[in-house]
Formats: sequence, structure tokens, C-alpha cells
Amino acid sequence: MTRDLAAFVGGRLAAAALFVVVVSAGAFVLVRLAPGDATAELFLSRASPAEIADARSRLGLDRPLLVHLRDWATGLVTLDLGQSSVFGRPVSDLVRERAGATARLAALALLVAVAIGLPLGVLTGSRPRFAAFVAPVSVALVACPPIVAVLALLLMAVATGWMSIAPGSYAVPTLALALPVAAMLERLQSQALADALSSPDLIAAAARGVPPARLVWVHAARQSLLPVLGIAGAVIGSLFSGSLAVEMMTSWPGLGRLMFDALTGRDLFLVAGCALVGAMLIAVGNLAADIARAVVDPRVRGGA
Amino acid sequence: MAAGAALLAGIAGLALFAPVLAPNPPDKQFADRAYAPPMRIHMRDASGLRMPFVYPQMLQDRLAREYRDDTTAPRALTWFSGGSVMSLPDAGGPLLLMGADALGRDVFSRLLYGARLSLGVTALGVLGALVLGALVGGLAGSVGGGTETVLMLIADFLLVLPGAYLVLVLRGALPAVLSTSEVFLLMAGLFAVAAWPHAARGVRAVVATERRRDYAVAARAAGASPFRLARHLLPAARGFLSVEVLLLIPALLVAEATVSYLGLGFPVPKASWGTMLQEAANVRMMAEAPWLLAPAAALFLVVLGVQLLVWTRAPATELLIGRGRIS
Repeated sequence: MTRDLAAFVGGRLAAAALFVVVVSAGAFVLVRLAPGDATAELFLSRASPAEIADARSRLGLDRPLLVHLRDWATGLVTLDLGQSSVFGRPVSDLVRERAGATARLAALALLVAVAIGLPLGVLTGSRPRFAAFVAPVSVALVACPPIVAVLALLLMAVATGWMSIAPGSYAVPTLALALPVAAMLERLQSQALADALSSPDLIAAAARGVPPARLVWVHAARQSLLPVLGIAGAVIGSLFSGSLAVEMMTSWPGLGRLMFDALTGRDLFLVAGCALVGAMLIAVGNLAADIARAVVDPRVRGGA
Repeated sequence: MAAGAALLAGIAGLALFAPVLAPNPPDKQFADRAYAPPMRIHMRDASGLRMPFVYPQMLQDRLAREYRDDTTAPRALTWFSGGSVMSLPDAGGPLLLMGADALGRDVFSRLLYGARLSLGVTALGVLGALVLGALVGGLAGSVGGGTETVLMLIADFLLVLPGAYLVLVLRGALPAVLSTSEVFLLMAGLFAVAAWPHAARGVRAVVATERRRDYAVAARAAGASPFRLARHLLPAARGFLSVEVLLLIPALLVAEATVSYLGLGFPVPKASWGTMLQEAANVRMMAEAPWLLAPAAALFLVVLGVQLLVWTRAPATELLIGRGRIS
């Protein structure tokens, strides 16, 4: 059992590494092909053509695309991500700080969402009367994408003062990301638990005299874990996607803001660096979800 | 389900008839109306019931942006005049049902016109994604083999990328300054490119099952080309695609809002829900002029309508996986 699990993890790791490289190289090529480059500001500040040519050669923009890409890839092997032209600092330093901020936010939001959504889903799945109160709230929250949720929370924070809106404060960005996901998990867990409770083995267990609480919280909850884990990848993607708007609106110093600054400044190395760590975070998240599924369900390991 | 359909139909109707429903031109800046609060429509005064009327607003304090109702001069609303369903006679000043923004523009009129751009680009993007997805998925499913593997690898690759970033990078790599119609087509195109894998995956699954059916085997045996075969197989994916339409609407609507909010969408003076949010997302003004957040409420209503509509059409799981990819 441990061997096929190891093979499964090894295969996924290789795929993840390939994914990370392809994403960052893709971002590099896209921005390199984009109209305009990082010397636009020099041009606007009326630098002499010689100065601009000098800056272009320093940034490698005078080299052909493939040579430039190869140079960047060579640096990548030695973990040198190049120098940011917007910030004038090594990309690896910038990216490390900002990726940490985004990862903290996403992880905290996921934790909050799981802590609220799953237990609530078990409750609503096993008690229809309770569900009548929770389900409408859930449906409303599912309809609040992070960009709407963050504005609503900011308005609430400003109007009531219950939450801090100071830069770096966790409450608003975390809740904005967590609430829609919590609602989604609640609905899904509720459905999965109700399905599990009506499955033949649980009816048999109930007939054997397993106490209702144990039946719901141990037997049915374990069975319902699988469909919930099935959307883990989608949840990770939505947390990342949503973090872009949330970071911009709450001045959170994360990867989303950095990527935006890099793109608008045509900062080639920084765009590639952001794509690299972003892809890494996603790959790690998906890998964790895959492993969790493989541990819970042996069928997944068989390469399904 | 009926509630969801009614909600969506209502919003689509508002967008469609914006030119006659909007009391004011969307880009017109009214002097002395910056951050004016929403007007209330009154139906009764001291003498009892009357035709709907409003009290004109008067700027009380320019610095504090305080407005006061001029209760001495009630103005009856005029109906179906001047090309608008409901408006105020000129002397009464502009009719501001949802207040005014920083430049004194009518938020309600901008919301209606913004819906045309935001919902329009979403609709075109959804259409593009479905066509592209059905083509790729249909081809992969009916041809099978290496083609299928490669196409689905590409789809899976794009699916893992967070949609907001995918659209951001693609948009960031294109020229920044474009006209409204260019932005409209470009964004719809980007949305189609970013969203087709969702449709392609499902279509491929349906078509791959379908091609083992007798009629498909017979068509192949009779020498049908892969394209002709795909044409026979694709109708089987109709049910899947009808749900997919609904699931993609919120995702792309949020994408428009995000991209325009970041300043990479529609050019700023143009009203779209995203550009309006860009002007509204100012924490200091939020408490004083919460009516500027109207487009966020509109977004919420559209997504809610979709949720209510899908709720009964698709199993909950499918619906929620759909939600997982939003924004």
C-alpha cells in the first residue's frame, strides 16, 4: 500500500514540476511578445536613445526571444530569478515576501472555511429542520464572489467599526475569501452526508443499534469526505483567483498586487517569477488534495 | 427556479431597455450633485395621496457635500416624455434614484448602461467559450487516441490556472489603450480562451460515452469523417451545455468586474459594473456614499439568480464544483 502511494506521489511531483516550469516560461514569453517594454518610462522621461538602448541591453531586451528565454531558464536552474526592473531588487526576494503573504491569507481562509463549512454541513445534512435556516444563508453567500464579499465586508467594517480595515489586518480579506467557500462546503457536505445516511451500509449500521450521533459524525461523515475532497482543487483555484481582487481592494501585500505591478510595468523577470511561485503554490495545494484523496480512497491511487 | 429565472429575466430586461429606462444620460455630469444621495419617491404629502413626486435636492454645504430636500417645491414625475419612461421636468434638477457619484453622474443610469456592457461582454464570452469548448471537446471525444490526450492535457492545464490571473496576464500582454468596442471584443475573446476548457471537458465526456452507441458505430462504419461524426454526437451534450451556460455567467461577470476594476478593462469614463466599482472602492467614501456600491449589489443579484436557477436543474455537486471556479 505504501509503495503504490509513493509511486502516485512521485508521478504527481514530476507533473507538478513540469507545470510550474511551463507556466512561468509561458508568462515570460507572453509578456516578452507584448507591445511595449520596461523602458517605456525612460522614453517618457525623455531619456536619450543611447540611454534607452543601454537599458534595453541591460534587461536583455535586445536579444532574440529564444536566447533571452534560455538565459532566464539557465538562471532558473541556479535559482536566480533575475532582477526586477520596477522595484530594482532581486525577483527572488520580492516574490518570497509576497508569496508568503498570499499563502498565509489563502491558508487562513481555507482553515476558516473548513472549520465553519464542514461541521455546519454535517448538521444540516442530518437535521432537515436545521437546514431550513442555514440553507438560504448559504445560497446567498455562495452568490457572493470574493469581489462582492470584500466590498460588503469593507462597508460593514467602515459603518460599524467591528473589524479593522488597517492595512495588514486579517479580518476583512480572510472573511471575504472564506465565506463563499464555507457556504459552498456547507452545501456540498450537507448533500454528501444526506446521501451517505441513506446508503445501505449506514441503514444496516443504524439497524444494528449504532447510536445516532456516532452514525452521523463518524460513519456518515467519513463516507461523505470523498465528494468534498473532490472539489479541493476547485477550492484552491477559487481562493487564488479571488485573492487577486481581495488583495487589490484591501491593500494586502500579496502576489496579486505584485503580479499586477509587474504586468503594468512590463517587468519581464518579475512576471515570470510571480507566475513561478504562484504555480508552485497551486501545485502544492493540488498535490496535498490529491494525496489526501489517495489516502482516503485507494481507487484514486490506481491512476484514475 | 422560477424566482431565479424571473430575477435574471428582470435584470436582462433592465439592461436591454436601458436607453428608455435611464432617467439621465449615463455620462452626463450634473453640477453641484457630487455624491448626492438617492432621492426618495413620495406618494403622499400633508394633503393625502398624490401622483408620485420627489423633492428637488439643494446643495446645502459644498465642502461637507450636504444635501437637503426642498420640501417647498415638490415636483411630480413625468412619464413617457423626452424618450424616457420616467424623468423630472428640467426645472426640478436631475432625477437621481440611486444618488450620484464623485463627478455628479447618475448612478442608476450608469448601472443600467453598465449592465449592457458587463452582461454583453459576459454573454459573448460565454458563447465563445461554449463554441470553442464544444468544438474541441467534440473533436477529442469523437477522434480519441493521441488527439484526445493532447487536447485534454491542454484543457486540464488551463483549468488548474486561477481564472482571474489567466485573464489578467493575457489582458496585460495586450495593448493597454483601446476603444470601447475593441475592449468589448477583446475581453469576450479572452474570456472564451480562458473558459473553454470547462465546456470541453464535459462535452468530451458526453461524446466519448456516446460514440460507443450503435448509431455512432454505424456512422463510423459507413465512413463518416470525424467532423461529421462529431456533428452526430454533439447534440447529446445539449443538456450539459445548458447548465454550463449558467455556470459560466457568474464566472465571467466577476472576471469583467475584476479586470475593469484593475483598470485593464473598459476605458474609465465608460460605465461598466467593473469601472463603477473602481470608482466606488474607496474606503473613505464608502460609509458616506454607500450607494456607489450599487454595481456590487447588481453582481450579487445576477449570481444569486443563476444559483437559484441552477439549483433545481443540476445536482448540487455539479453546481458547487461550478462555483469553485468562479472569479
